[in-house]
Amino acid sequence: MLGFLNAMPGAIAQGIIWGIMAIGVYITFRILDVADLTVDGTMATGGATMVVCVTSGMNVWLAMLIAFAAGCAAGLITGLFNTKFGIPAILAGILTQLILYSVNLRIMSQKANLPLSVEKYDILLSLRNIPYALIFGSIFAVILIAILYWFFGTELGHSLRATGCNPNMSRANGINTDTNKIIGLILSNGIVALSGALLSQYQGFADINMGRGAIVIGLAAVIIGEVIFGKIFKNFALILLSAVFGGIIYYIVITLVLKMGLNANDLKMFSALVVAVFLGIPYWKRKLAQKGSSKEGV
Amino acid sequence: MLSVNGIYKTFNKGTVNEKQALNGVDLHLNEGDFVTIIGGNGAGKSTLLNSICGVFPLDSGSIVIDGMNITKYPEHKRAQYLGRVFQDPMMGTAADMQIAENMSLALRRGKRRGLKWAMPHKEMKLYKEMLSQLGLGLEDRITTKVGLLSGGQRQALTLLMAVLQRPKLLLLDEHTAALDPKTAATVLDLSDMFIAENKLTAMMITHNMNDAITHGNRLIMMHEGRIIYDVSGEEKRNLTVDDLLKKFADISGEEFSNDRALLN
Repeated sequence: MLGFLNAMPGAIAQGIIWGIMAIGVYITFRILDVADLTVDGTMATGGATMVVCVTSGMNVWLAMLIAFAAGCAAGLITGLFNTKFGIPAILAGILTQLILYSVNLRIMSQKANLPLSVEKYDILLSLRNIPYALIFGSIFAVILIAILYWFFGTELGHSLRATGCNPNMSRANGINTDTNKIIGLILSNGIVALSGALLSQYQGFADINMGRGAIVIGLAAVIIGEVIFGKIFKNFALILLSAVFGGIIYYIVITLVLKMGLNANDLKMFSALVVAVFLGIPYWKRKLAQKGSSKEGV
Repeated sequence: MLSVNGIYKTFNKGTVNEKQALNGVDLHLNEGDFVTIIGGNGAGKSTLLNSICGVFPLDSGSIVIDGMNITKYPEHKRAQYLGRVFQDPMMGTAADMQIAENMSLALRRGKRRGLKWAMPHKEMKLYKEMLSQLGLGLEDRITTKVGLLSGGQRQALTLLMAVLQRPKLLLLDEHTAALDPKTAATVLDLSDMFIAENKLTAMMITHNMNDAITHGNRLIMMHEGRIIYDVSGEEKRNLTVDDLLKKFADISGEEFSNDRALLN
């Protein structure tokens, strides 16, 4: 138990970073109604870009900006595959993800892992100083949510929400749904790359596999946030915040089950099954409701 | 105002499901025309409206609005000239967004959407005023999610959104068919009111022959992808449902095959 409590601050810090990634997933999964698998690659793209830029002597904020841009470019490719090549969104994301595997290796000069030492470089956060990482991560998340709250309140942001909600109605009201899907994918992947950039600093390295299964963690965070806070958080900013809380809760639970003896290699299976069950719950609820109403009808 | 010139459309070409939906349709509307469209199932009524909206590309022919050839325009670009209400009440509004947010989307039809705030305070007053015209009490619920409204309320809202930014042409595709009779009558009255108030040019598909006769100044009947009967003015005003059924049998050599139309 003491070990678990000691591990808590670290779990929360990781949860915040993955919660930022979950905000990106929320934009595609909930607002655009697209499951974008690009993010598994984008996470590593963000981390790799960050480490390479900083170790070559670049300012850390400039490196963050470049990592963001790299993520945006990945989103653009998926968006073009989806809207201009007519490839279904899921497959478009898988294709970009595969492209990114090669691209990420190129960014890291064909190495699977690149270190980023907190002692040598002036980086934003590190697991060597977890209290600071917690504060920095929280501020970063709050600022990001504030910017997104503003953006989705603008005319363009509204049209993005409409695109995901009802594409027919959107086109009837003069909205270019293809362009909007691309914009949404760009924004989402930019945010995921930022999360990857933060993660590489926090853990002190970038790894070619650091994004493997990222979509599942992102979805888990979004769904946990919705299940726990959905009833009380109605405001858009709070809904985004609930995705971050979802990320934190996810990492607390993961830390707990690992301390309880779950094999670390079984972790991904565990996460995927949890997400599958939570995605299934609304479907089962609908089925039950239909059964109930058809009985009443008789 | 609107010129539809010899348009053809075949769906699923070269397959067993090939369907010649439009078979050379010519139609010219004057400014302020309110045309009702009737016809049996599969006559091409909705296909005609959808071709004007650009839902799919045409095989041949052209569509001109106010001298502008819009045949090659994508759907979202034509929207600046068109107000649309669909048969399915769920289709014309964004369920997860508030009433005011939906109206804000509609007010910007045909305009560039930038980084300006989408819900300025001064517009809220306009929305409330417009909503009060519906007589459904929606003006007191502008922050309600549209998904919580009934089908009739959503259809009335869609109609309002279609005219909020004055369209050159209002297209109503059996927009009362999915509503109960009382709500259908309300929505139809509202349609008449908005069309008259704004002096709109409009096309309305209906399965109710009575409605087709009593509304608008012109009536067209479609059959197998063609316009087979086109009547306006005095002659239209004096029509009866029996006249229409007889006309249909005379011209097409078949019985009118729309059960719903006969039931009314």
